[in-house]
Amino acid sequence: MPKMNLSHFEAAILFALFTSIVMGIVSKKTDSERVRYGLYLFGCFVASLIGLGWLMRLGHG
Amino acid sequence: MATQDSEAKVPRAPIGQWLPAVLLAWFVPGGGHMLLKRHGRAALIAVSITLMFLFGLFMRGSMFTPQSGDLLTILINYGGFLGDLSSGILYLAATWLGYDQPDVAGHVYDYGTKFLVSAGLLNVLAMVDVYEIAAGKKS
Repeated sequence: MPKMNLSHFEAAILFALFTSIVMGIVSKKTDSERVRYGLYLFGCFVASLIGLGWLMRLGHG
Repeated sequence: MATQDSEAKVPRAPIGQWLPAVLLAWFVPGGGHMLLKRHGRAALIAVSITLMFLFGLFMRGSMFTPQSGDLLTILINYGGFLGDLSSGILYLAATWLGYDQPDVAGHVYDYGTKFLVSAGLLNVLAMVDVYEIAAGKKS
């Protein structure tokens, strides 16, 4: 089986995508709420990812 | 006191009403929703969890095995094992087919391990959702 090589960013985006889909589905009661919550979660994941990434970069100097 | 009274009055759904769906949801990700005729949600859950698990395998993540030791070791390994096991047929098939990746240092391997556990944990969320639907607490 070949080994897949992903960067931190790619792996974290994939994680955010799958997690947002499932959490969006199980958390809300109507389809439109599920879509909006899924998108909101994905946005939060990506914003945290970029924010924490910059924080670590600045912290390392 | 009032809260306890109101909780006591809510009738519990009979176990036969939700157990088959929850067991199927554990064994086949998305299967519980499929049994309850939530086909769209079932497909999305099945695809998401299966892809997450497969990405974990392709990144050569390692599976947790129960280990004794200090408290943190026990928590991590038993918790990780339960997380892996929650993927149902995906975990069982991978193990039966001989997938046995040792824990190796490196960010791709680490992500792989986390993807494998997270796929199981997402399936636990799906199982809770199936329980709520089958018990009539949610549509």
